[in-house]
Amino acid sequence: MSQISRRGLLKTGVAAGVLAATGLPVRAQAKKGGRLRLGLAGANTSDSWDGRTHSDSFMIMCAHGCVFDCLTEVGADGQLKGELAESWEASADAKTWTFKLRQGVTFHNGKAFGADDVIESLNMHTAEGAKSAAKPIVSAISEMKKLGEHEVQMTLAAGNADFPFLLSDYHILMFPAGQVEEAIAKGIGTGLYSVESFDPGVRFVGKRVENHYKDGSAGWFDEIEAIAINDSSARMNALMTGQVDAVNRVDVKTEALLKANPAINIFEVTGNQHYTFPMLTNVDPFTNVNVRRALKHAVNRQELVDKILLGHGKVGNDHPIGPANQYYYEDLEQNAYDLDKAKFYLKEAGMDSLNIDLSASNAAFSGAIDAAQLYQASAKGAGININVVQEPADGYWSNVWLKKPWCACYWSGRATEDWMFSTAYESGVPWNDTSWENARFQELLLTARAELDSGKRKDMYHEMQMLMSAEGGTVIPMYANYVDAHSTKLTNSGTIGNVFQMDSSRLMERWWFA
Amino acid sequence: MPGLLRIIIQRLLLGLVTLFVVSIIIFTAVNLLPGDFAQAILGQGATDEAVAAIREELGLNKHPVLRYLEWLGGAVQGDLGTSMSQALFSSFTGSETGSGLGSVAEQIAPRFRNTMFLASVTAAIAVPISIILGILTALYRNSAFDRSMNIFTLSSISSPEFFLAYVLILFLAVMNPIFPSLSNIYEGMPFGDRLEKTMLPALTLTLAVTAQMMRMTRAAIINLLASPYIEMARLKGLSPMRVIIKHALPNALAPIINVVALNLAYLITGVVVVEVVFVYPGIGQLFVDSVKIRDIPVVQACCLIFAAAYILLNLLADILSIISNPRLRHPK
Repeated sequence: MSQISRRGLLKTGVAAGVLAATGLPVRAQAKKGGRLRLGLAGANTSDSWDGRTHSDSFMIMCAHGCVFDCLTEVGADGQLKGELAESWEASADAKTWTFKLRQGVTFHNGKAFGADDVIESLNMHTAEGAKSAAKPIVSAISEMKKLGEHEVQMTLAAGNADFPFLLSDYHILMFPAGQVEEAIAKGIGTGLYSVESFDPGVRFVGKRVENHYKDGSAGWFDEIEAIAINDSSARMNALMTGQVDAVNRVDVKTEALLKANPAINIFEVTGNQHYTFPMLTNVDPFTNVNVRRALKHAVNRQELVDKILLGHGKVGNDHPIGPANQYYYEDLEQNAYDLDKAKFYLKEAGMDSLNIDLSASNAAFSGAIDAAQLYQASAKGAGININVVQEPADGYWSNVWLKKPWCACYWSGRATEDWMFSTAYESGVPWNDTSWENARFQELLLTARAELDSGKRKDMYHEMQMLMSAEGGTVIPMYANYVDAHSTKLTNSGTIGNVFQMDSSRLMERWWFA
Repeated sequence: MPGLLRIIIQRLLLGLVTLFVVSIIIFTAVNLLPGDFAQAILGQGATDEAVAAIREELGLNKHPVLRYLEWLGGAVQGDLGTSMSQALFSSFTGSETGSGLGSVAEQIAPRFRNTMFLASVTAAIAVPISIILGILTALYRNSAFDRSMNIFTLSSISSPEFFLAYVLILFLAVMNPIFPSLSNIYEGMPFGDRLEKTMLPALTLTLAVTAQMMRMTRAAIINLLASPYIEMARLKGLSPMRVIIKHALPNALAPIINVVALNLAYLITGVVVVEVVFVYPGIGQLFVDSVKIRDIPVVQACCLIFAAAYILLNLLADILSIISNPRLRHPK
């Protein structure tokens, strides 16, 4: 399998179909049957089957990972494969993409899946008044053409080599054309499980559909019950007392108790989720790159990983690309905790000492205030006096983030480099939380986007990570792991996806009862 | 009893006035919360334009007084408004019809039924237990039994509810798996299962309300035991149990009814913490979820229901104590 290059997969998804057909050898042992019960955090009374609104784990798992399908899917091994698309091909400039759709697929109400569904489902995101988080992805498509019942051609405004990757986004679900409204109300998708009952913010029950195109490779449970348990103690209790088979977002403070229970396994992966301290680089003193460098060397990253994440994380290097990304620059020189260096850069900036405010709230990430205080303590020795300003959690994202010169923030990361950079670091985008403008960075971003050659892209993305790490406006001290737990009654293929929590939110499809 | 009827009507009208005042307080308090629905639902994506668009759509940009009057007008006609989370949901589908979940009343109704179920189960356990314990402790007052009951109930009422809940989970769910720690009941669940799932939250609430009812019963009876007519009954040679049940209890009913009603009201309004700990889908959890996303119509409706429950149960308590006391029934 390793012989198939990413580029090969990107350019022609034919191989994906082959992979799906053969299946991994370990899957042979997978067993059918049983009712999977999950205790999940991240549920709200405002939940619905509208993929455009999804932002929290409960609906992402139930919709993206259970009831609905996307065109493409990132496998547990990180490789892109076809989901409702069988294969795809790109023009040389990565502008025109032709998708061959899977044949014989039906929605839960019996409607056959075809090209019209794809076009209407994508148009949902750019419709007048739609508030879709995937709007930037879909609005990059300038034209969609139905070439046949099972073939769609999409033309992009500008070349994008990652386009098939972007279509695996959990917002971009495939709905039945002409019945979108009903499908959103009732949850009618093409996924492995159809909706038996759904009570927003409380419970979801799904039933395995018969004769699915993923038969033999996924969807082992007969039934799925997802229970909304937002309270973390209640969630851990439910797992401890065997009332659910798996839970997400393990409370790391009680991790020891879970570990002491032989019937429970904790599984964690380091994905792209990272915590940041963005500085507005157009506000003094952060306009000075040496001030930013001084701050990057004044934080004890390992201490933050140990004390804030209790070890469940990895030291970050001030760029947002994580281990779940294809072109993650692992060997990039680490910005280390070095007070002499911090002092040196401060002097370069023409200062002996620096007094600055750091705005933080636990709304940014759990433990953000503690993290800011640790930062304060570690920076003191370099003559940097950080004044930690505790902000109210309510309205943090509208009143503090993007407004205060230096604050705490988090990013769940993105599946591709281009997507991450263009969400928060491209010149002029609304979420550019560091007001970062760098000509070379911008140039690389645009060139790499349309480049299909994997080797060249790698070089460019590495250079971009280097640029951000050395000059960028954000301090990224750590990656936070996804820590979930399951009963030993459950098992899996041995490879766990790291795009999102709970096996890239596809535990319901991929796991089975041992 | 025209006098009694007049009292009831009078009290009902007073109750309405109270409710009106409460509604003003609720509206003001809810509007003092920092952040609004638009900001809460958008989270990190709360750009100025997006926030403004949602506010416009939901009428959040109108003047508070105007919003209050509109809400009150609707509430009087039994229309508690449209839940913002669900309204937004139907706006996403581009139509008003899609969801069928729109109104606050429809969202609250099933949750309220669940909370009433929990309250009924708790009342069915707690009221008999506390009255019987109250009578027994009055009968054997100052004995070891009396003391230990007092210590037990007082310490349970002094502990925060979530602590009691966790202690019960530890003993009855983790160490001895008798009851499930998860009370995720749902529509159409068989009654037996529902009862089993409700047991732990009901027991927690029982521990929280028993002390007050028991001690009030005990105190009211002991108070009466010093009366001359009780002494007469005792001199007649009646057994102590009979003295209490036949002679003391009927006269102690008024304070007991009062304290029972107060505690029943607490079972409806004070369940928030317990419902969250046990993941019980009642009105308390809906309340917390709605506050979190600033779904104001739902929050206001919940508050109104809580207030109404309190007022009505207090009214009921007053009426019952008037009925049970002839001196109040026939005021001179």
